[in-house]
Amino acid sequence: MSVDRRQFVRLAGTAALGLAAAPAAKLIASQEETASSEVMHEASLPTGEPKTAERWAMVIDLKKCAGHEGCTKCIDACHDSHNVPDFGNDKDEIKWLWKESFGHAFHEQDLDYVSDELKHRPTLMLCNHCDNPACVRVCPTGATWKREDGIVMMDWHRCIGCRYCVVACPYGSRSFNYRDPRPFIDEINEEFPTRMRGVVEKCTFCEELLAKGQMPKCVDACEAGALVFGDLEDPNSNVSQLLHEQFAIRRKPALGTQPEVYYLV
Amino acid sequence: MIENALRGDKRYWTWVSALGAVVLVGVYFWFRQFHLGLTITGLSRDVVWGFYIAQFTFLVGVAASAVMVVLPYYLHNYKQFGKLTILGEFLAIAAVIMCMAFIFVDMGQPFRIGNVFLHPSPNSMMFWDTVSVFGYLFLNIIISRVTFRAEKKGVKPPNWIRPIIILSIPWAISIHTVTAFLYSGLAGRPFWLSAVMAPRFLATAFSAGPALLVLIMLVLRKISSFDAGKEPIRKLAIIIMYAMALNVFFLLMEIFTASYSGMPEHIDHFKFLYFGLDGYTTMVPWMWGSAILAVFSLILLFNPKTRNNETFLAWACVAVFASIWIDKGLGMVVTGFTPNPFGTVTPYSPTFPEVMISLAIYAIGALIVTFLYKVALSVRARMGQGYEAAH
Repeated sequence: MSVDRRQFVRLAGTAALGLAAAPAAKLIASQEETASSEVMHEASLPTGEPKTAERWAMVIDLKKCAGHEGCTKCIDACHDSHNVPDFGNDKDEIKWLWKESFGHAFHEQDLDYVSDELKHRPTLMLCNHCDNPACVRVCPTGATWKREDGIVMMDWHRCIGCRYCVVACPYGSRSFNYRDPRPFIDEINEEFPTRMRGVVEKCTFCEELLAKGQMPKCVDACEAGALVFGDLEDPNSNVSQLLHEQFAIRRKPALGTQPEVYYLV
Repeated sequence: MIENALRGDKRYWTWVSALGAVVLVGVYFWFRQFHLGLTITGLSRDVVWGFYIAQFTFLVGVAASAVMVVLPYYLHNYKQFGKLTILGEFLAIAAVIMCMAFIFVDMGQPFRIGNVFLHPSPNSMMFWDTVSVFGYLFLNIIISRVTFRAEKKGVKPPNWIRPIIILSIPWAISIHTVTAFLYSGLAGRPFWLSAVMAPRFLATAFSAGPALLVLIMLVLRKISSFDAGKEPIRKLAIIIMYAMALNVFFLLMEIFTASYSGMPEHIDHFKFLYFGLDGYTTMVPWMWGSAILAVFSLILLFNPKTRNNETFLAWACVAVFASIWIDKGLGMVVTGFTPNPFGTVTPYSPTFPEVMISLAIYAIGALIVTFLYKVALSVRARMGQGYEAAH
């Protein structure tokens, strides 16, 4: 194979460029990473094998939950670890996990003749991590997307705060930072980023903990065992078993969003 | 040509400074909003879009309405609209810029808006809305510039502009169709989930927009040497009449489907609008006001005697514009969130800063229209008799 001088120069040039570009790209990438999650990195070194699944899902047993009246352990654990602020008013409120009455959560159901107890039974609300998420479809910047394991994610650095995802979500699961949340966080958890005003946020099934091999905070915090989390594609997982044995309902199934949070009534 | 906007009598400068003052007040409140966040608006966790997005939606309609003078002139060779096309396009430019401003002030992170282009997402209707609105602004700037320069020189516009003008016709339809798609494709918001939303948006656009144009023409006749002429105004009145009749017809379709089917998630929204829901009745007087204005305008427009009388026509146009502004600018957006996903009502009304910021954007629009019309009409006035003779 003969290589004339011009070809050789071209080849050498390309190779040199490539050699120079690779570390530069790495450097840029690492800088971006540290900029976006400086505090997160050192503290969140993997402590266990990451938990993986084909399709994450959650089953919530409302009876077990109702047995612990006034308990807010899961909500506190979630909001404390994710730096969710408390503004003390409904208008600006941010919530990832909260309780609604069953009557409100399932208001389109025919509830005329059910007991008052059921109508008022506290029902945990969170992002449904839909298989067919309307929020992801409408986002104009790709700031919210669905992972292969079904978790619906948020990029707080890309979000422009147009709130179209909040409009599209049929479940009221998303919150918008109407003001700077930082002064309203009791104690900042250094292992998780805080947000700035003007972006949307919601539950992410504690993907940051799953990556470290831990269960979501709310599941760990629940002493009643009312929250069950697992892989829906695995027939032997606890969630699959529960859904097989008992009749569970989902919110607004007629909309075709395929929510992945199931309720045992 | 531009320097004409800087020459004017005392009345002109009073008007311009009054608008400028409104802009300054709004800018002050926008800085507060930028500093503190959208918390200074009436928006909440349950009602995340309100007055700003509603004004955006209404003004996309005003922008699209330029097609109602462009189409008859360029496709049907209706010469009477010859002097109006440029004014319709200038109005469209002002309306599109107002639309963009309303989007800008509504964003939580306005300076990240470039992400829409950095990460284009064709699955999002907002992406397409951005593309169509930007494209429409671009088309109207090119078209008005080229045709007006030709007019000034007393020559025919170059041939290459014609296909662009023809393109602007379906483009105008598209901007309001895509704006309707922002709403009408969401499974979780039954009030908007209606195939008739895009057609109704177009009907409201083609009545409210030309109604505004007629009112501007009537004012211009009083304060400037420009006279649109009786015949073009009569033709516009007919367009307004048909479009307004269609608008009311489509509204009745919506009400029939919701009320005859009796589905709670559909009828609840109309209950909220016209009778109140769970004791919340803020929209009720407005919506009945809108309905009465619509009927009143149609009575004046259907009757040829009142329609062809410019005093009655002016009242009809005010009624059309107000009726549609209430419907789209107040009722349409907020009712999509009422009731909320939990079946309850979270009330919303715009706050003082929100209204001041909105007024400032309207004032910016009025300033743009004032400057552009001033330039156009000054040039035409100087051409004077020569222009009249040539056309």
